[in-house]
Amino acid sequence: MLQVDSINTFYGKAQILFDLSLEVDQGEVVALLGRNGAGKSTTFKSIIGMVTPQSGCITFNGKEIHRLPPHKSCVLGLGYVPEDRRIFSRLTILENLEVGKQPVRRGRVPWTPERLFELFPNLGEKPDQYGGNLSGGEQQMLTIARTLMGNPPMIILDEPSEGLAPVIVELLAKTIGKLKVEGVSVLLAEHNWNFAKTVCHRAYIVQQGRICHESEIGELSRETYEKYLAI
Amino acid sequence: MGFYIVQILTGLSNASALFLVACGLSLIFGVTRIVNFAHGSFYMVGAYAAYAFIALLPHGVFFFWIGVLGAALAVGLLGAAVETSLLRRLYHAPELFLLVATFGIVLILQDLTRWLFGAEDLLGPRAPGLTGSVDIMGSLIPQYDLALIVIAPLILAGIWLLLHRTRWGVLVRAATEDREMVGALGVNQATLYTAVFFLGSFLAGLGGAVQLPKGGADLLMDMNVVAAAFVVVVVGGMGSITGAYLAAVIIGELSSFGILVLPQSTLVMMFLVMAVVLVIRPYGLFGRAEAPEQISGAVSVSLLQPASQRLRILGLVLLLAIVLLPAVADAFQLVLMTEIALVSLASMSLYFMMGPGGMLSFGHAAFFGGGAYAAALMVHYFQSPMALAIGLAPLLTGLLALVIGWFCVRLSGVYMAMLTLAFAQICWSIVFQWGGFTGGDDGILSIWPADWASGKVVFYYLTMIICIGGILALRYLIFAPFGYTMRACRDSALRAESIGINLRNHQWLAFAIAGGFAGLAGGIYVFSKGSVFPDAMAIPRSFDFLLMVLLGGVNTVFGPIVGSAAFIWLHDKISRIDFWQFILGCIFIVLVVAFPHGIAGYVNRRFGRYFVNQNY
Repeated sequence: MLQVDSINTFYGKAQILFDLSLEVDQGEVVALLGRNGAGKSTTFKSIIGMVTPQSGCITFNGKEIHRLPPHKSCVLGLGYVPEDRRIFSRLTILENLEVGKQPVRRGRVPWTPERLFELFPNLGEKPDQYGGNLSGGEQQMLTIARTLMGNPPMIILDEPSEGLAPVIVELLAKTIGKLKVEGVSVLLAEHNWNFAKTVCHRAYIVQQGRICHESEIGELSRETYEKYLAI
Repeated sequence: MGFYIVQILTGLSNASALFLVACGLSLIFGVTRIVNFAHGSFYMVGAYAAYAFIALLPHGVFFFWIGVLGAALAVGLLGAAVETSLLRRLYHAPELFLLVATFGIVLILQDLTRWLFGAEDLLGPRAPGLTGSVDIMGSLIPQYDLALIVIAPLILAGIWLLLHRTRWGVLVRAATEDREMVGALGVNQATLYTAVFFLGSFLAGLGGAVQLPKGGADLLMDMNVVAAAFVVVVVGGMGSITGAYLAAVIIGELSSFGILVLPQSTLVMMFLVMAVVLVIRPYGLFGRAEAPEQISGAVSVSLLQPASQRLRILGLVLLLAIVLLPAVADAFQLVLMTEIALVSLASMSLYFMMGPGGMLSFGHAAFFGGGAYAAALMVHYFQSPMALAIGLAPLLTGLLALVIGWFCVRLSGVYMAMLTLAFAQICWSIVFQWGGFTGGDDGILSIWPADWASGKVVFYYLTMIICIGGILALRYLIFAPFGYTMRACRDSALRAESIGINLRNHQWLAFAIAGGFAGLAGGIYVFSKGSVFPDAMAIPRSFDFLLMVLLGGVNTVFGPIVGSAAFIWLHDKISRIDFWQFILGCIFIVLVVAFPHGIAGYVNRRFGRYFVNQNY
C-alpha cells in the first residue's frame, strides 16, 4: 500500500534521512521505533509532503506522492496525526472535525461525527467545547478523530502515546485495534515499547536516519531493544 | 441635543467604510500573514471603479448600487489576480518580505489610477433616493449617512455568519491558527488563500465604493485609509471582526467629536487611542496572543556568522574606494553618496532591531527625524556648534527610544510594529502641530555645517567617518555577547529567561541603541540638507527604511547597506520620469521575485561559499 524507497531528506544542508526504505501493506499496523532525534518525524513529514525528499521515491497505492503537497497526499487517502496534536484551539470539537472532512471513499463506511463519538465517547459529551479547553488525552482523541473524518485507508500516527496517562494509552490501543477491524492501515512512530508491542504487526527501527532493523513485532528480541531503543 | 446626536451618527457613518476595509485587511492578515499595504489601494480603486461604473451604467432604479457592487467585485477579482500571479510565488520567502511586494503594488496602482482618471479629485455621484437630509431635533444629517450606518452592521452579520456557519468559514478560522495542519487535512491552501484575498479585496473595494458619495475619490485615499485600517485591526484585535467594528466605531466617533473639541488633535487622535489600547491590552480589545511561531516567522532568520578574512579584505577594498571617491566623483555624486551613507546608518539601526533583535518597527523615522529635529533645534535656539548638535542628537533620541521602547518591548510581532507606528505618528504630529516651537509644516531652515566642514569633500569625509563608524559599532555589537543575547531572546524567549537573561530589559536596551544610532544619522542629515521638515519622521520615511532593510535582506549584516544604496540610487535615477512610481513598483516586484531573500541575501547564497571561514 505504502512504499518508501531509499529516500534522502535534508533540512537545509543537514541530511536527516539516509536511503531510508519501508513499506506498509493493506490492513497492517507497522511501528517505526527509534530514540528521540532518530528521524521518525522527518520520515513521516517526507511521506505526507511537508518536507520533500531530495532523492528516492514514495508510492501510495501505486501513485508517486513524494513531490505532492500535503493536501494532495491527504486527498489520496493518507491521514496524518502529528506528534504535537495541533488541534485548532479556537474551534469547537465539531468544527475541528469539519476541517478534517473529505468526500466519502468508495467501498468504505464514511466516518461521521456520530460514529466517531461512539469511538471516543468523551468527545461526544461536549461537541461544542473549544479544542483549547480539552485535556491532553481528549485532544489526542480529537486529533485522531479529525484525521478519520477524511476517511483515510491509511493513517500515520506520530508518537500517539506521548505524554498521555496510562489509562488513555490503553484507550488509544483499543482504538487502533478498532481501526484494524475497519481495515485501516496504520504506520506509527513510538518509543513506548509496550504500546507498540500491543498494537503492531511489524516494526522498523530507525537510528540516525537509517533503518537498522526490521522484523515482525513478536520477533523483536530483548537484545535488539536494548541496543537501539533503551536509554 | 440634536447636534450631538447628529455628531454621533456622523461618527457611525464614518466608521462604516473604515470597518469594511479593516475587516478585509484582518481576514487577509489572519489567514495569509501578509501585511498587505495594497489594501488601501484596493479601497482607492474601489472608489474610482464605482465612479466609472456608475457613470457608464444607464440611469435606472438600481444603477448606483449595481455600480457599487460591480466595483467591489472588480476589486475582489483584482485582489485574487494579485494573489495568484504575484504573492503566491513568494510564500516561501519571509512573511515580512511580502510587504515589499504589496508596497510595489501600491506604487503601480497609484500611477495607473492617475493615468486613467487624472490627478484631480473626483466628486462622487449621489445615491438616488438618498440625496436629501433628515432633521434630527433641528440638526440635519444626510440620508446617505444613515444608509451607511445600516450597511456596516449588515456586513458584520454577514461575515460572522460566513465564518461561523459555513464550512468555508470554519476552514478560514482553522487556517488563521495553523495553515500547515489545514493543508495536511486535505485543504488546498492555495485556493483558500485566493478566496480569502478575493473576499478581503472585495470588502476593501466595497468600502471605497460606498463612501464615494460622501468623500469622493482622490489619489491620497490609499495611504490615508490603510494607516487607519491597520489601527482599527490592531485596536480591535487581529482576526476579530467584531473587534474591528467596535474599533472602527471608536475611531469614527473620535474623529467626529475630536474635531469639535481639539481641532489640532485630529491627526494624532487615533494613534493615541491605539497606543493607549495596546499599552493596556497588548493584543487589542478582542485579540489573543500570537502563537510564538507566528511571531518568529515574520522575520525569517539564518545563522549570522562573523566576516571571514576574504570578506574583511573585500570590506577594506570598498573602504578604500570610499576614501578615494572624491578624487574621481563630481559634487553631485558626493552628495548622493552622503545620502546613501546616512540612510544606510539609519536602516542598519533598524536592521539591528529587526534582524538580531527580532523586533519589528513601522515607526523608525521617529528616531531619525527626532535626531534631525534635536540637532536643528539646538542650532536654531541655542546656536549650538555643529559637533555638539550631532553629538547630542543620538543621546536625545536614545532617551526618546528608552521611553517609547519601554512600552513597545512588552509586545511582539505586528502588534509591536503598530505601537512603534503609533508613537512615531504622535511624535510627527507634535512636530507638525507645535508650529511655534518646531516651525510646523514650514520646518526649520538654515541649519548649515560649521565653516570647517562646509566644503563638500570635508562634509563627505565627516559623514563617512560617522556613518561607517556607526555601522561598524552596530556590527560589533551584533557579534559581541550583547548581540548573541539579543539573538537568544529573539529565538527563544523562554529559554533565554530560564538562563537568567532579563529579556525585556535586554530588548529595551537594544531598542534604545537602535533609536540612538538612527538619531545620529538624523543629526548629520539635517546638516547635509540645511533644513528639516516633519516628513523626516512621517510614515513614508519609516516605510522607506523598512523597504531598504527588506530589499537588502534581513539575513545578512550588510543587507541594509546594499538595500539603502539600491533604494537611493533607484530613486535618484527614476524620480524625474513621469509615472516613476509605476516603474519603481515594477522594479520592487521584480527584485522581490528574483531575490526572495533580499539582494545581499541572494549574493550571500550565490557567492557566500567563497567568503566562508574554513572553521565555520
